[in-house]
Amino acid sequence: MNTKMYTDFDRRVLIVNRILIGFLVLITVVPMGYILIASFMDPQVLATRGISLNPSDWTVQGYQRVFSDDSILRGFINSLFYSTAYAILTVAISVMTAYPLSKKDLVGRKWVNYFLIITMFFGGGLVPTYLLIKQLGMLNTVWAIIVPGAVNVWNIILARTYFQGIPEELVEAAVIDGANDFQIFLKIMLPLAKPIMFVLFLYAFVGQWNSYFDAMIYIKDPDLAPLQLVLRNILIQNEVSSNMIGAQAAMNEMKKLAEMIKYATIIISSLPLIVMYPFFQKYFDKGIMAGSLKG
Amino acid sequence: MKKTANGSSLWSRISQQKLLLLMLVPGLLLTFIFKYMPMYGVLIAFKDYNPLQGILASPWVGFEEFRQFLSSPNFGMLLGNTLKLSVYGLLLGFFPPIILAIMLNQLMSDKVKKRLQLILYAPNFISVIVIVGMIFLFFSAEGPVNSILSFFGIKASFMTDPNYFRPLYIMSGIWQGMGWASTLYTATLVNVDTSLVEAAQLDGANIFQRIRHIDLPALKPIMVIQFILAAGNIMNVGYEKAFLMQTSLNLTASEIISTYVYKVGLVSGDYSYSTAVGLFNSIINMILLISVNKIVERMNDGQGL
Repeated sequence: MNTKMYTDFDRRVLIVNRILIGFLVLITVVPMGYILIASFMDPQVLATRGISLNPSDWTVQGYQRVFSDDSILRGFINSLFYSTAYAILTVAISVMTAYPLSKKDLVGRKWVNYFLIITMFFGGGLVPTYLLIKQLGMLNTVWAIIVPGAVNVWNIILARTYFQGIPEELVEAAVIDGANDFQIFLKIMLPLAKPIMFVLFLYAFVGQWNSYFDAMIYIKDPDLAPLQLVLRNILIQNEVSSNMIGAQAAMNEMKKLAEMIKYATIIISSLPLIVMYPFFQKYFDKGIMAGSLKG
Repeated sequence: MKKTANGSSLWSRISQQKLLLLMLVPGLLLTFIFKYMPMYGVLIAFKDYNPLQGILASPWVGFEEFRQFLSSPNFGMLLGNTLKLSVYGLLLGFFPPIILAIMLNQLMSDKVKKRLQLILYAPNFISVIVIVGMIFLFFSAEGPVNSILSFFGIKASFMTDPNYFRPLYIMSGIWQGMGWASTLYTATLVNVDTSLVEAAQLDGANIFQRIRHIDLPALKPIMVIQFILAAGNIMNVGYEKAFLMQTSLNLTASEIISTYVYKVGLVSGDYSYSTAVGLFNSIINMILLISVNKIVERMNDGQGL
Protein backbone atom coordinates (compact mmCIF):
# COMPACT_ATOMS: atom_id res chain seq x y z
CA MET A 1 0.00 0.00 0.00
CA ASN A 2 1.31 3.42 -0.84
CA THR A 3 1.37 5.59 2.27
CA LYS A 4 2.15 8.74 0.29
CA MET A 5 -1.32 8.62 -1.18
CA TYR A 6 -3.04 8.98 2.18
CA THR A 7 -4.94 12.21 2.69
CA ASP A 8 -4.88 14.10 5.95
CA PHE A 9 -8.30 12.71 6.75
CA ASP A 10 -7.02 9.16 6.23
CA ARG A 11 -4.03 9.83 8.45
CA ARG A 12 -6.22 11.08 11.28
CA VAL A 13 -8.45 8.03 11.00
CA LEU A 14 -5.38 5.80 11.11
CA ILE A 15 -4.15 7.45 14.30
CA VAL A 16 -7.54 6.91 15.96
CA ASN A 17 -7.43 3.34 14.68
CA ARG A 18 -4.07 2.73 16.36
CA ILE A 19 -5.31 4.14 19.64
CA LEU A 20 -8.38 1.90 19.53
CA ILE A 21 -6.26 -1.17 18.78
CA GLY A 22 -3.96 -0.24 21.66
CA PHE A 23 -7.00 -0.03 23.91
CA LEU A 24 -8.19 -3.49 22.79
CA VAL A 25 -4.74 -4.96 23.45
CA LEU A 26 -4.84 -3.42 26.91
CA ILE A 27 -8.25 -4.92 27.66
CA THR A 28 -6.94 -8.29 26.56
CA VAL A 29 -3.70 -8.16 28.51
CA VAL A 30 -4.79 -6.55 31.77
CA PRO A 31 -7.01 -9.36 33.15
CA MET A 32 -4.40 -12.00 32.33
CA GLY A 33 -1.55 -9.89 33.65
CA TYR A 34 -3.48 -9.11 36.80
CA ILE A 35 -3.84 -12.82 37.57
CA LEU A 36 -0.14 -13.44 36.98
CA ILE A 37 0.89 -10.58 39.27
CA ALA A 38 -1.79 -11.31 41.87
CA SER A 39 -0.56 -14.90 42.14
CA PHE A 40 2.77 -13.56 43.42
CA MET A 41 1.35 -10.85 45.67
CA ASP A 42 0.96 -10.95 49.41
CA PRO A 43 -2.84 -11.31 49.70
CA GLN A 44 -2.97 -8.80 52.56
CA VAL A 45 -1.26 -6.16 50.43
CA LEU A 46 -3.40 -6.98 47.40
CA ALA A 47 -6.57 -6.53 49.42
CA THR A 48 -5.59 -3.24 51.03
CA ARG A 49 -3.28 -1.45 48.60
CA GLY A 50 -3.79 -3.32 45.34
CA ILE A 51 -0.89 -4.29 43.11
CA SER A 52 2.50 -3.26 44.45
CA LEU A 53 5.85 -3.20 42.70
CA ASN A 54 7.81 -3.42 45.94
CA PRO A 55 9.58 -6.86 45.95
CA SER A 56 9.03 -7.24 49.70
CA ASP A 57 5.29 -7.50 49.02
CA TRP A 58 5.82 -10.45 46.71
CA THR A 59 5.62 -14.06 47.73
CA VAL A 60 5.57 -17.56 46.26
CA GLN A 61 3.41 -18.76 49.12
CA GLY A 62 0.43 -19.24 46.83
CA TYR A 63 2.35 -21.75 44.76
CA GLN A 64 3.78 -23.52 47.81
CA ARG A 65 0.31 -23.90 49.26
CA VAL A 66 -1.11 -25.22 45.99
CA PHE A 67 1.48 -27.98 45.94
CA SER A 68 1.08 -28.80 49.62
CA ASP A 69 -2.07 -30.63 48.56
CA ASP A 70 -1.45 -33.29 45.94
CA SER A 71 -4.84 -32.93 44.16
CA ILE A 72 -3.50 -30.29 41.74
CA LEU A 73 -0.37 -32.25 40.91
CA ARG A 74 -2.39 -35.43 40.42
CA GLY A 75 -4.89 -33.60 38.23
CA PHE A 76 -2.04 -32.11 36.24
CA ILE A 77 -0.49 -35.54 35.59
CA ASN A 78 -3.90 -37.06 34.77
CA SER A 79 -4.63 -34.25 32.31
CA LEU A 80 -1.24 -34.60 30.65
CA PHE A 81 -1.99 -38.29 30.12
CA TYR A 82 -5.59 -37.77 28.91
CA SER A 83 -4.66 -34.95 26.56
CA THR A 84 -1.67 -36.75 25.04
CA ALA A 85 -3.48 -40.06 24.63
CA TYR A 86 -6.58 -38.39 23.20
CA ALA A 87 -4.56 -36.23 20.81
CA ILE A 88 -2.55 -39.19 19.51
CA LEU A 89 -5.67 -41.30 19.04
CA THR A 90 -7.66 -38.60 17.29
CA VAL A 91 -4.80 -37.67 14.95
CA ALA A 92 -4.23 -41.34 14.06
CA ILE A 93 -7.93 -41.92 13.34
CA SER A 94 -8.19 -38.64 11.41
CA VAL A 95 -5.33 -39.34 8.98
CA MET A 96 -6.27 -43.01 8.59
CA THR A 97 -9.83 -42.08 7.66
CA ALA A 98 -8.89 -39.01 5.66
CA TYR A 99 -6.34 -40.63 3.36
CA PRO A 100 -8.69 -43.10 1.65
CA LEU A 101 -11.34 -40.36 1.41
CA SER A 102 -8.86 -38.11 -0.40
CA LYS A 103 -8.93 -40.59 -3.31
CA LYS A 104 -11.62 -39.48 -5.77
CA ASP A 105 -12.14 -43.04 -7.10
CA LEU A 106 -12.64 -44.72 -3.71
CA VAL A 107 -15.53 -47.20 -3.73
CA GLY A 108 -18.47 -45.78 -1.74
CA ARG A 109 -16.68 -42.49 -1.04
CA LYS A 110 -19.92 -40.52 -1.21
CA TRP A 111 -21.69 -42.80 1.29
CA VAL A 112 -18.83 -42.72 3.75
CA ASN A 113 -18.86 -38.92 3.57
CA TYR A 114 -22.60 -38.82 4.30
CA PHE A 115 -22.18 -41.31 7.11
CA LEU A 116 -19.62 -39.03 8.79
CA ILE A 117 -21.14 -35.64 8.05
CA ILE A 118 -24.60 -36.52 9.40
CA THR A 119 -23.02 -36.83 12.85
CA MET A 120 -22.01 -33.16 12.67
CA PHE A 121 -25.64 -32.10 12.55
CA PHE A 122 -27.47 -34.70 14.52
CA GLY A 123 -26.64 -36.68 17.61
CA GLY A 124 -28.29 -38.76 20.27
CA GLY A 125 -27.83 -36.16 22.97
CA LEU A 126 -26.59 -36.26 26.50
CA VAL A 127 -28.60 -39.01 28.15
CA PRO A 128 -28.51 -41.66 25.38
CA THR A 129 -24.75 -41.18 25.09
CA TYR A 130 -24.35 -41.48 28.84
CA LEU A 131 -26.44 -44.66 28.93
CA LEU A 132 -24.32 -46.16 26.14
CA ILE A 133 -21.05 -45.39 27.93
CA LYS A 134 -22.52 -46.91 31.06
CA GLN A 135 -23.64 -50.04 29.21
CA LEU A 136 -20.21 -50.47 27.69
CA GLY A 137 -18.77 -50.49 31.21
CA MET A 138 -16.69 -47.40 30.49
CA LEU A 139 -17.97 -45.28 33.39
CA ASN A 140 -15.19 -44.20 35.71
CA THR A 141 -12.45 -45.35 33.32
CA VAL A 142 -9.99 -43.37 31.21
CA TRP A 143 -11.65 -44.84 28.10
CA ALA A 144 -14.76 -42.72 28.61
CA ILE A 145 -12.62 -39.61 28.20
CA ILE A 146 -10.33 -40.73 25.40
CA VAL A 147 -12.38 -42.88 23.03
CA PRO A 148 -15.91 -41.47 22.40
CA GLY A 149 -14.69 -38.17 20.97
CA ALA A 150 -11.78 -39.65 19.02
CA VAL A 151 -13.54 -39.42 15.67
CA ASN A 152 -13.74 -35.74 14.85
CA VAL A 153 -15.31 -35.16 11.46
CA TRP A 154 -13.94 -31.64 11.21
CA ASN A 155 -10.39 -32.97 11.68
CA ILE A 156 -11.01 -35.59 9.02
CA ILE A 157 -12.12 -32.91 6.56
CA LEU A 158 -9.03 -30.81 7.30
CA ALA A 159 -6.69 -33.79 6.86
CA ARG A 160 -8.48 -34.89 3.68
CA THR A 161 -8.11 -31.43 2.15
CA TYR A 162 -4.43 -31.53 3.03
CA PHE A 163 -3.89 -34.95 1.41
CA GLN A 164 -5.68 -33.76 -1.73
CA GLY A 165 -3.13 -30.95 -1.99
CA ILE A 166 -0.22 -33.39 -2.17
CA PRO A 167 0.91 -33.85 -5.80
CA GLU A 168 -0.22 -37.05 -7.48
CA GLU A 169 3.23 -37.70 -9.03
CA LEU A 170 4.75 -38.57 -5.65
CA VAL A 171 2.32 -41.47 -5.35
CA GLU A 172 2.74 -42.63 -8.94
CA ALA A 173 6.48 -43.02 -8.47
CA ALA A 174 5.88 -45.24 -5.45
CA VAL A 175 3.29 -47.35 -7.29
CA ILE A 176 5.85 -48.10 -9.98
CA ASP A 177 8.23 -49.20 -7.24
CA GLY A 178 5.60 -51.76 -6.24
CA ALA A 179 4.49 -50.19 -2.94
CA ASN A 180 0.93 -50.97 -1.82
CA ASP A 181 -1.56 -48.34 -0.57
CA PHE A 182 -0.69 -48.85 3.06
CA GLN A 183 3.04 -48.54 2.43
CA ILE A 184 2.46 -45.38 0.39
CA PHE A 185 0.40 -43.99 3.27
CA LEU A 186 3.02 -44.79 5.90
CA LYS A 187 6.21 -43.99 4.00
CA ILE A 188 5.22 -41.14 1.71
CA MET A 189 2.00 -39.50 2.84
CA LEU A 190 2.51 -39.38 6.61
CA PRO A 191 5.93 -37.67 6.47
CA LEU A 192 4.44 -35.10 4.08
CA ALA A 193 1.41 -34.60 6.33
CA LYS A 194 3.47 -33.78 9.43
CA PRO A 195 2.39 -30.11 9.57
CA ILE A 196 -1.34 -30.85 9.51
CA MET A 197 -0.86 -33.70 11.98
CA PHE A 198 0.95 -31.34 14.30
CA VAL A 199 -1.79 -28.73 14.05
CA LEU A 200 -4.49 -31.33 14.71
CA PHE A 201 -2.46 -32.64 17.65
CA LEU A 202 -2.22 -29.16 19.18
CA TYR A 203 -5.94 -28.53 18.73
CA ALA A 204 -6.87 -31.88 20.23
CA PHE A 205 -4.44 -31.53 23.11
CA VAL A 206 -5.65 -28.05 24.05
CA GLY A 207 -9.29 -29.04 23.62
CA GLN A 208 -8.91 -32.01 25.93
CA TRP A 209 -6.77 -30.08 28.41
CA ASN A 210 -9.45 -27.40 28.73
CA SER A 211 -12.56 -29.58 28.84
CA TYR A 212 -14.34 -30.66 31.98
CA PHE A 213 -17.87 -31.70 31.10
CA ASP A 214 -17.24 -35.31 30.00
CA ALA A 215 -15.01 -35.90 32.99
CA MET A 216 -17.64 -34.44 35.29
CA ILE A 217 -20.24 -36.84 33.90
CA TYR A 218 -18.19 -39.99 33.48
CA ILE A 219 -15.49 -39.87 36.17
CA LYS A 220 -16.48 -40.22 39.81
CA ASP A 221 -13.14 -41.39 41.23
CA PRO A 222 -11.18 -38.30 42.43
CA ASP A 223 -7.89 -40.09 41.67
CA LEU A 224 -8.83 -40.09 37.97
CA ALA A 225 -10.03 -36.48 37.88
CA PRO A 226 -8.40 -34.26 35.25
CA LEU A 227 -6.99 -30.90 36.28
CA GLN A 228 -10.05 -28.93 35.13
CA LEU A 229 -12.28 -30.79 37.60
CA VAL A 230 -9.85 -30.03 40.41
CA LEU A 231 -9.85 -26.40 39.25
CA ARG A 232 -13.63 -26.38 39.27
CA ASN A 233 -13.67 -27.39 42.93
CA ILE A 234 -11.23 -24.64 43.80
CA LEU A 235 -12.32 -21.81 41.50
CA ILE A 236 -16.05 -22.26 41.11
CA GLN A 237 -17.20 -24.26 44.09
CA ASN A 238 -14.79 -22.57 46.50
CA GLU A 239 -13.58 -25.85 47.95
CA VAL A 240 -10.02 -24.88 48.69
CA SER A 241 -8.61 -27.86 50.55
CA SER A 242 -7.75 -27.37 54.21
CA ASN A 243 -4.26 -28.75 53.46
CA MET A 244 -3.61 -25.64 51.42
CA ILE A 245 -4.99 -23.10 53.87
CA GLY A 246 -3.75 -24.57 57.12
CA ALA A 247 -6.00 -25.10 60.12
CA GLN A 248 -4.93 -22.14 62.23
CA ALA A 249 -5.84 -19.36 59.82
CA ALA A 250 -8.61 -17.02 60.87
CA MET A 251 -11.77 -16.69 58.77
CA ASN A 252 -10.82 -13.38 57.20
CA GLU A 253 -7.26 -14.47 56.47
CA MET A 254 -8.54 -17.75 55.04
CA LYS A 255 -10.57 -15.93 52.43
CA LYS A 256 -7.58 -13.94 51.22
CA LEU A 257 -5.34 -17.00 51.20
CA ALA A 258 -7.99 -18.83 49.17
CA GLU A 259 -7.93 -15.99 46.67
CA MET A 260 -4.15 -16.18 46.27
CA ILE A 261 -4.38 -19.95 45.85
CA LYS A 262 -6.95 -19.41 43.10
CA TYR A 263 -4.67 -17.03 41.19
CA ALA A 264 -1.77 -19.48 41.48
CA THR A 265 -3.83 -22.46 40.29
CA ILE A 266 -4.95 -20.52 37.22
CA ILE A 267 -1.31 -19.87 36.29
CA ILE A 268 -0.25 -23.48 36.92
CA SER A 269 -3.11 -24.83 34.84
CA SER A 270 -2.11 -22.60 31.92
CA LEU A 271 1.53 -23.73 31.82
CA PRO A 272 1.25 -26.35 29.07
CA LEU A 273 -0.66 -23.90 26.90
CA ILE A 274 1.98 -21.22 27.42
CA VAL A 275 4.65 -23.74 26.42
CA MET A 276 2.70 -24.65 23.28
CA TYR A 277 1.91 -21.10 22.30
CA PRO A 278 5.04 -20.41 20.20
CA PHE A 279 4.21 -23.49 18.10
CA PHE A 280 0.77 -22.14 17.42
CA GLN A 281 2.35 -18.92 16.27
CA LYS A 282 4.80 -20.77 14.02
CA TYR A 283 2.08 -22.65 12.18
CA PHE A 284 -0.16 -19.66 12.24
CA ASP A 285 2.48 -17.66 10.40
CA LYS A 286 2.76 -20.36 7.79
CA GLY A 287 -0.91 -19.88 7.11
CA ILE A 288 -1.74 -23.51 7.74
CA MET A 289 -4.28 -22.68 10.39
CA ALA A 290 -6.00 -20.00 8.39
CA GLY A 291 -5.88 -22.19 5.28
CA SER A 292 -7.25 -25.17 7.11
CA LEU A 293 -9.90 -23.04 8.76
CA LYS A 294 -11.16 -21.98 5.39
CA GLY A 295 -11.44 -25.71 4.59
CA MET B 1 -20.32 -54.64 -22.81
CA LYS B 2 -19.94 -51.63 -20.55
CA LYS B 3 -22.52 -52.84 -18.03
CA THR B 4 -20.81 -56.16 -17.45
CA ALA B 5 -17.51 -54.37 -17.22
CA ASN B 6 -18.99 -52.14 -14.52
CA GLY B 7 -20.42 -55.08 -12.61
CA SER B 8 -17.15 -56.94 -12.51
CA SER B 9 -15.12 -53.79 -12.07
CA LEU B 10 -16.88 -52.98 -8.78
CA TRP B 11 -15.47 -56.16 -7.27
CA SER B 12 -12.12 -55.68 -8.89
CA ARG B 13 -12.06 -52.11 -7.61
CA ILE B 14 -12.92 -53.28 -4.10
CA SER B 15 -10.19 -55.87 -4.13
CA GLN B 16 -7.82 -53.33 -5.62
CA GLN B 17 -8.67 -50.81 -2.87
CA LYS B 18 -9.00 -53.31 -0.04
CA LEU B 19 -6.17 -51.75 1.98
CA LEU B 20 -7.66 -48.26 1.64
CA LEU B 21 -11.07 -49.59 2.67
CA LEU B 22 -9.57 -51.39 5.65
CA MET B 23 -8.03 -48.13 6.82
CA LEU B 24 -11.55 -46.68 7.09
CA VAL B 25 -12.71 -49.41 9.47
CA PRO B 26 -11.56 -48.03 12.87
CA GLY B 27 -12.98 -44.55 12.24
CA LEU B 28 -16.28 -45.81 10.89
CA LEU B 29 -16.65 -48.36 13.68
CA LEU B 30 -16.10 -45.73 16.38
CA THR B 31 -18.52 -43.38 14.61
CA PHE B 32 -21.12 -46.12 14.49
CA ILE B 33 -20.74 -46.99 18.17
CA PHE B 34 -20.44 -43.53 19.71
CA LYS B 35 -22.52 -41.44 17.29
CA TYR B 36 -25.16 -43.71 15.75
CA MET B 37 -25.96 -45.99 18.68
CA PRO B 38 -26.95 -42.98 20.86
CA MET B 39 -29.28 -41.93 18.02
CA TYR B 40 -31.04 -45.26 18.47
CA GLY B 41 -31.08 -44.50 22.20
CA VAL B 42 -33.22 -41.44 21.44
CA LEU B 43 -36.13 -43.91 21.31
CA ILE B 44 -36.36 -43.62 25.09
CA ALA B 45 -37.84 -40.15 24.59
CA PHE B 46 -40.99 -41.94 23.42
CA LYS B 47 -40.90 -44.59 26.14
CA ASP B 48 -41.14 -44.85 29.87
CA TYR B 49 -37.54 -46.01 30.10
CA ASN B 50 -36.70 -48.46 32.81
CA PRO B 51 -33.00 -49.39 32.96
CA LEU B 52 -33.82 -52.91 34.13
CA GLN B 53 -36.02 -53.62 31.10
CA GLY B 54 -33.73 -51.97 28.58
CA ILE B 55 -34.68 -49.71 25.69
CA LEU B 56 -36.72 -52.19 23.65
CA ALA B 57 -38.83 -53.70 26.43
CA SER B 58 -39.74 -50.42 28.11
CA PRO B 59 -43.38 -49.43 27.44
CA TRP B 60 -44.19 -46.87 24.72
CA VAL B 61 -45.70 -43.59 25.86
CA GLY B 62 -45.65 -41.75 22.53
CA PHE B 63 -45.38 -38.00 22.85
CA GLU B 64 -46.30 -37.94 26.54
CA GLU B 65 -42.86 -36.66 27.67
CA PHE B 66 -42.93 -33.89 25.06
CA ARG B 67 -46.44 -32.86 26.10
CA GLN B 68 -45.32 -32.77 29.70
CA PHE B 69 -42.38 -30.50 28.85
CA LEU B 70 -44.37 -28.14 26.63
CA SER B 71 -47.04 -27.70 29.28
CA SER B 72 -44.65 -27.41 32.22
CA PRO B 73 -44.31 -24.00 33.90
CA ASN B 74 -40.56 -24.09 33.19
CA PHE B 75 -40.99 -24.32 29.44
CA GLY B 76 -41.47 -20.61 28.70
CA MET B 77 -38.60 -19.57 30.93
CA LEU B 78 -36.19 -22.17 29.54
CA LEU B 79 -36.95 -21.42 25.90
CA GLY B 80 -36.82 -17.66 26.55
CA ASN B 81 -33.50 -17.87 28.39
CA THR B 82 -31.97 -20.08 25.71
CA LEU B 83 -33.09 -17.86 22.85
CA LYS B 84 -32.18 -14.58 24.56
CA LEU B 85 -28.72 -15.77 25.51
CA SER B 86 -27.90 -17.02 22.04
CA VAL B 87 -29.64 -14.39 19.91
CA TYR B 88 -28.13 -11.51 21.90
CA GLY B 89 -24.81 -13.34 21.85
CA LEU B 90 -24.97 -13.71 18.08
CA LEU B 91 -26.06 -10.12 17.43
CA LEU B 92 -23.48 -8.59 19.76
CA GLY B 93 -20.68 -11.03 19.03
CA PHE B 94 -20.88 -11.30 15.26
CA PHE B 95 -19.48 -7.94 14.21
CA PRO B 96 -16.61 -7.24 16.64
CA PRO B 97 -14.25 -9.79 15.00
CA ILE B 98 -14.99 -8.32 11.56
CA ILE B 99 -14.37 -4.76 12.77
CA LEU B 100 -11.19 -5.87 14.50
CA ALA B 101 -9.93 -7.55 11.31
CA ILE B 102 -10.60 -4.39 9.28
CA MET B 103 -8.85 -2.28 11.92
CA LEU B 104 -5.81 -4.55 11.98
CA ASN B 105 -5.73 -4.57 8.19
CA GLN B 106 -5.12 -0.81 8.19
CA LEU B 107 -1.82 -1.28 10.03
CA MET B 108 1.22 -0.91 7.81
CA SER B 109 3.64 -3.42 9.23
CA ASP B 110 2.84 -7.12 8.83
CA LYS B 111 5.17 -7.90 11.70
CA VAL B 112 3.32 -5.62 14.12
CA LYS B 113 0.02 -7.04 12.92
CA LYS B 114 1.14 -10.62 13.64
CA ARG B 115 2.46 -9.70 17.09
CA LEU B 116 -0.80 -7.99 18.00
CA GLN B 117 -2.82 -10.94 16.75
CA LEU B 118 -0.73 -13.25 18.90
CA ILE B 119 -1.76 -11.23 21.95
CA LEU B 120 -5.36 -10.69 20.87
CA TYR B 121 -6.17 -14.35 20.30
CA ALA B 122 -4.46 -15.61 23.45
CA PRO B 123 -7.69 -15.61 25.54
CA ASN B 124 -9.12 -18.18 23.13
CA PHE B 125 -6.94 -20.83 24.76
CA ILE B 126 -8.13 -20.18 28.30
CA SER B 127 -10.36 -22.98 29.55
CA VAL B 128 -14.00 -22.34 30.33
CA ILE B 129 -13.39 -23.22 33.98
CA VAL B 130 -10.67 -20.60 34.25
CA ILE B 131 -12.73 -17.97 32.40
CA VAL B 132 -15.63 -18.46 34.77
CA GLY B 133 -13.20 -18.57 37.69
CA MET B 134 -11.83 -15.22 36.50
CA ILE B 135 -15.35 -13.79 36.28
CA PHE B 136 -16.04 -14.90 39.84
CA LEU B 137 -12.75 -13.43 41.08
CA PHE B 138 -13.02 -10.11 39.24
CA PHE B 139 -16.72 -9.50 39.76
CA SER B 140 -17.12 -10.80 43.30
CA ALA B 141 -18.42 -8.44 45.99
CA GLU B 142 -14.87 -7.48 47.05
CA GLY B 143 -13.23 -8.06 43.66
CA PRO B 144 -11.28 -5.52 41.62
CA VAL B 145 -14.24 -4.45 39.47
CA ASN B 146 -16.34 -3.56 42.48
CA SER B 147 -13.45 -1.75 44.14
CA ILE B 148 -13.06 0.39 40.99
CA LEU B 149 -16.81 0.99 40.89
CA SER B 150 -16.81 1.98 44.56
CA PHE B 151 -14.91 5.15 43.57
CA PHE B 152 -18.08 6.17 41.84
CA GLY B 153 -20.19 5.04 44.75
CA ILE B 154 -21.61 2.06 42.86
CA LYS B 155 -21.76 -1.47 44.17
CA ALA B 156 -23.18 -4.26 42.06
CA SER B 157 -23.80 -7.88 43.01
CA PHE B 158 -22.79 -9.27 39.62
CA MET B 159 -22.83 -12.93 40.49
CA THR B 160 -26.16 -13.10 42.28
CA ASP B 161 -28.31 -10.61 40.39
CA PRO B 162 -29.92 -12.42 37.42
CA ASN B 163 -29.85 -9.16 35.41
CA TYR B 164 -26.06 -9.36 35.15
CA PHE B 165 -25.90 -12.96 33.97
CA ARG B 166 -26.43 -12.38 30.24
CA PRO B 167 -24.20 -9.27 29.96
CA LEU B 168 -21.37 -11.05 31.81
CA TYR B 169 -21.80 -14.20 29.75
CA ILE B 170 -21.86 -12.40 26.41
CA MET B 171 -19.16 -9.80 27.15
CA SER B 172 -16.74 -12.41 28.50
CA GLY B 173 -17.47 -14.48 25.38
CA ILE B 174 -16.59 -11.55 23.14
CA TRP B 175 -13.45 -10.84 25.19
CA GLN B 176 -12.36 -14.43 24.81
CA GLY B 177 -13.34 -15.16 21.23
CA MET B 178 -12.99 -11.91 19.30
CA GLY B 179 -9.28 -12.18 18.47
CA TRP B 180 -9.43 -15.78 17.32
CA ALA B 181 -12.58 -15.25 15.27
CA SER B 182 -10.99 -12.24 13.56
CA THR B 183 -8.07 -14.32 12.20
CA LEU B 184 -10.39 -15.88 9.65
CA TYR B 185 -11.32 -12.43 8.35
CA THR B 186 -7.75 -11.09 8.46
CA ALA B 187 -6.61 -14.03 6.36
CA THR B 188 -9.22 -13.05 3.77
CA LEU B 189 -8.28 -9.37 3.78
CA VAL B 190 -4.60 -10.17 3.20
CA ASN B 191 -5.60 -11.55 -0.19
CA VAL B 192 -7.32 -8.36 -1.32
CA ASP B 193 -5.57 -7.00 -4.40
CA THR B 194 -3.58 -3.90 -3.31
CA SER B 195 -3.87 -2.37 -6.79
CA LEU B 196 -7.60 -2.07 -6.14
CA VAL B 197 -6.88 -0.02 -3.04
CA GLU B 198 -4.40 2.16 -4.89
CA ALA B 199 -6.82 2.75 -7.75
CA ALA B 200 -9.47 3.79 -5.23
CA GLN B 201 -7.01 6.16 -3.59
CA LEU B 202 -6.28 7.75 -6.99
CA ASP B 203 -10.00 8.18 -7.51
CA GLY B 204 -10.12 10.10 -4.23
CA ALA B 205 -11.95 7.52 -2.14
CA ASN B 206 -11.36 8.10 1.56
CA ILE B 207 -10.54 5.34 4.00
CA PHE B 208 -14.16 4.58 4.94
CA GLN B 209 -15.21 4.45 1.29
CA ARG B 210 -12.36 2.03 0.56
CA ILE B 211 -13.42 -0.21 3.45
CA ARG B 212 -17.04 -0.05 2.32
CA HIS B 213 -16.38 -0.81 -1.35
CA ILE B 214 -13.29 -3.03 -1.26
CA ASP B 215 -12.87 -4.75 2.14
CA LEU B 216 -16.50 -5.49 2.94
CA PRO B 217 -17.31 -7.12 -0.43
CA ALA B 218 -14.19 -9.27 -0.02
CA LEU B 219 -15.36 -10.37 3.42
CA LYS B 220 -18.97 -10.99 2.45
CA PRO B 221 -18.78 -14.68 1.42
CA ILE B 222 -17.04 -15.72 4.62
CA MET B 223 -19.39 -13.54 6.68
CA VAL B 224 -22.36 -15.35 5.17
CA ILE B 225 -20.92 -18.77 6.01
CA GLN B 226 -20.06 -17.71 9.54
CA PHE B 227 -23.52 -16.27 10.05
CA ILE B 228 -25.30 -19.40 8.88
CA LEU B 229 -23.10 -21.59 11.06
CA ALA B 230 -23.70 -19.36 14.09
CA ALA B 231 -27.45 -19.10 13.46
CA GLY B 232 -27.61 -22.86 13.04
CA ASN B 233 -26.21 -23.20 16.52
CA ILE B 234 -28.68 -20.87 18.18
CA MET B 235 -30.09 -23.63 20.38
CA ASN B 236 -26.67 -25.09 21.20
CA VAL B 237 -25.56 -22.32 23.55
CA GLY B 238 -22.41 -23.18 25.41
CA TYR B 239 -23.96 -25.06 28.29
CA GLU B 240 -20.53 -25.75 29.73
CA LYS B 241 -20.09 -22.07 30.54
CA ALA B 242 -23.70 -21.31 31.49
CA PHE B 243 -23.69 -24.25 33.87
CA LEU B 244 -20.54 -22.98 35.62
CA MET B 245 -21.85 -19.42 35.87
CA GLN B 246 -25.05 -20.54 37.57
CA THR B 247 -25.54 -19.56 41.17
CA SER B 248 -28.67 -20.44 43.10
CA LEU B 249 -29.71 -16.78 42.86
CA ASN B 250 -29.34 -16.15 39.11
CA LEU B 251 -31.14 -19.27 37.86
CA THR B 252 -34.13 -17.30 36.56
CA ALA B 253 -31.82 -16.00 33.80
CA SER B 254 -29.12 -18.68 33.65
CA GLU B 255 -31.14 -21.89 33.44
CA ILE B 256 -31.21 -22.83 29.75
CA ILE B 257 -32.53 -25.93 28.02
CA SER B 258 -29.18 -27.73 27.84
CA THR B 259 -28.30 -27.22 31.51
CA TYR B 260 -31.82 -28.33 32.37
CA VAL B 261 -31.36 -31.51 30.30
CA TYR B 262 -28.22 -32.28 32.29
CA LYS B 263 -29.85 -31.71 35.66
CA VAL B 264 -33.07 -33.59 34.96
CA GLY B 265 -31.32 -36.44 33.16
CA LEU B 266 -28.08 -37.13 34.92
CA VAL B 267 -28.57 -35.52 38.30
CA SER B 268 -32.19 -36.51 38.91
CA GLY B 269 -32.13 -39.61 36.71
CA ASP B 270 -35.30 -38.85 34.74
CA TYR B 271 -33.82 -40.33 31.54
CA SER B 272 -36.84 -40.35 29.24
CA TYR B 273 -38.01 -36.83 30.05
CA SER B 274 -34.50 -35.41 29.69
CA THR B 275 -33.99 -37.14 26.34
CA ALA B 276 -37.31 -35.75 25.09
CA VAL B 277 -36.27 -32.22 26.09
CA GLY B 278 -32.90 -32.69 24.39
CA LEU B 279 -34.55 -34.01 21.24
CA PHE B 280 -36.95 -31.06 21.20
CA ASN B 281 -33.89 -28.79 21.34
CA SER B 282 -32.12 -30.54 18.44
CA ILE B 283 -35.22 -30.47 16.27
CA ILE B 284 -35.74 -26.72 16.79
CA ASN B 285 -32.08 -26.27 15.99
CA MET B 286 -32.33 -28.27 12.75
CA ILE B 287 -35.35 -26.25 11.66
CA LEU B 288 -33.48 -23.01 12.41
CA LEU B 289 -30.39 -24.12 10.49
CA ILE B 290 -32.42 -25.10 7.44
CA SER B 291 -34.56 -21.95 7.45
CA VAL B 292 -31.64 -19.58 7.97
CA ASN B 293 -29.85 -21.30 5.12
CA LYS B 294 -32.95 -20.85 2.92
CA ILE B 295 -33.33 -17.18 3.83
CA VAL B 296 -29.66 -16.45 3.16
CA GLU B 297 -29.86 -18.33 -0.13
CA ARG B 298 -32.69 -16.07 -1.21
CA MET B 299 -30.94 -12.87 -0.12
CA ASN B 300 -27.57 -13.91 -1.47
CA ASP B 301 -28.45 -14.86 -5.09
CA GLY B 302 -28.92 -18.55 -4.37
CA GLN B 303 -25.67 -18.90 -2.46
CA GLY B 304 -26.17 -20.73 0.84
CA LEU B 305 -24.06 -23.28 2.59
